[in-house]
Amino acid sequence: MTHYLLSVHSVEGEARPPMTDEEMQQSHKQVGIIEQEMKSLGAWVFSGRLHAPDTATVVRMSDGKVLTTDGPFAESREHLGGFYIIEAEDLDAAVAWASKVTEAINAPIEVRPFAGFAA
Amino acid sequence: MPVIDEAAAGRIFREESGRSVAALIRVFGDIDVAEDAVQEAFAVALRTWPGSGLPPNPGGWITTTARRRAIDRLRRESRERELLSEAAVLAPGGYDDCGMSEEAGPVLDDRLRLIFTCCHPALSTEAQVALTLRLLGGLSTVEVARSFLVAEATMAQRLVRAKHKIKAARIPYRVPEDHELPDRLPPVLAVVYLVYNAELTGPAERGLCSEAIRLARILATLMPDEPEVDGLLALLLLTESRRASRRRPDGSLVLLGEQDRRLWDGALIEEGQAIVRRCLRRDRPGPYQLQAAINAVHADAATFEQTDWSQIVALYDQLLAVAPTPVVALNRAIAIAIGEVQGPCAALALVDELDLDNYHPFHATRADLLQRLGRNSEAAAAYERAAALAPTDAERDFLRLGGRASR
Repeated sequence: MTHYLLSVHSVEGEARPPMTDEEMQQSHKQVGIIEQEMKSLGAWVFSGRLHAPDTATVVRMSDGKVLTTDGPFAESREHLGGFYIIEAEDLDAAVAWASKVTEAINAPIEVRPFAGFAA
Repeated sequence: MPVIDEAAAGRIFREESGRSVAALIRVFGDIDVAEDAVQEAFAVALRTWPGSGLPPNPGGWITTTARRRAIDRLRRESRERELLSEAAVLAPGGYDDCGMSEEAGPVLDDRLRLIFTCCHPALSTEAQVALTLRLLGGLSTVEVARSFLVAEATMAQRLVRAKHKIKAARIPYRVPEDHELPDRLPPVLAVVYLVYNAELTGPAERGLCSEAIRLARILATLMPDEPEVDGLLALLLLTESRRASRRRPDGSLVLLGEQDRRLWDGALIEEGQAIVRRCLRRDRPGPYQLQAAINAVHADAATFEQTDWSQIVALYDQLLAVAPTPVVALNRAIAIAIGEVQGPCAALALVDELDLDNYHPFHATRADLLQRLGRNSEAAAAYERAAALAPTDAERDFLRLGGRASR
């Protein structure tokens, strides 16, 4: 088994096809069902949704001192919106979970293996 | 005892190494271990075969020798436990020393698993083709680099990255299940077709065509229910049947209309046409089957003029419906013009609508149509444009000649 990070990306300022309240609820419900399925099949390890990038704070070393600044680390339009950590047999299994989630929320998902987690 | 020199050993190695690499990956679950071991086995073969003669089953000899080398190496590096446990996960059925023996029952060919691994959609198209050539075709990194026209170091890096991704992300070494095949088969067929065309359009002969045909045969044997696999095989066989007539001694391309049909290979044509007929009976046409059918119609004609052009145009109509690309549209327009189904004027109107400004056959076709319409200076300009875009010197010269002749 390998651990994979499924990161859900959102693109700042990109007009996504607007969802009606009903579609939003449907999407929410769908995500709930998928997470339940992940848990019952032992694939789910951890997941989380993040606040917008403007809530981020960056801490770094500068001239030997720790400097704290406002803002996201990467100056990019693409940001991490949330993620799942799952356990899967192989890439095909991980991609199958990612496909379900992307269908439910219509946002791109990056699938990446964790280093050093192969059992 | 058959005498064996280095060149013959090299040929045998190329034919057999894909099978050996694939078998060793199944057993050890590690591409690098498999590749290194097969290379070592080949080095041993080069040392021993010229003296001892060719063993009765050279492929089996290489696989067995490679397996022993791999086990030795794993023991030596005392990573055995770690890797063998990985192998147990990757290879259902697990590791055992007899894993290489002939298995009873309908066992899927290891090479089929390997080609689906090489052509996994998580890898880039370039990596898919390169890995297929390297692992299944037994080409060296230098040879793969040459067929892509890139530096060896660039190709080496690309191959290392792809193999690392297979390992780290755990791209599975398996044949997709039936319900996954519709999505997973097209890249595999596309790669085999690219491997074939890499030689056909490339600057030199490199044995890639026969390699692609071999791969297509394996796929067709192992997936008898997929008509597009048959279609690809038939297309390759029928294209291959014209090899001897396709180039002039200087290397320039001879167009279909000017090819000496006596040089066409009758056995390949017969085999290809039989497969096309089987496809027709199944009536599940796809792009490869339709292209094969077009080639089968050409092969039927005793002369270019006697070609059944209306059937060819009908097949192109069907092909355009399933694969609406500008190149297909261009070929359809050419068939319409040559077959005088509508004549050069109508064909030129069809061609002029296409957005293929960087494709040299587009300009060559325009040039030919303009010339037939007596618009000679426009034809010359189109020949010049085609020549400027042509990939080889021989083709450039040929097109420039066409341009001069029309002035």
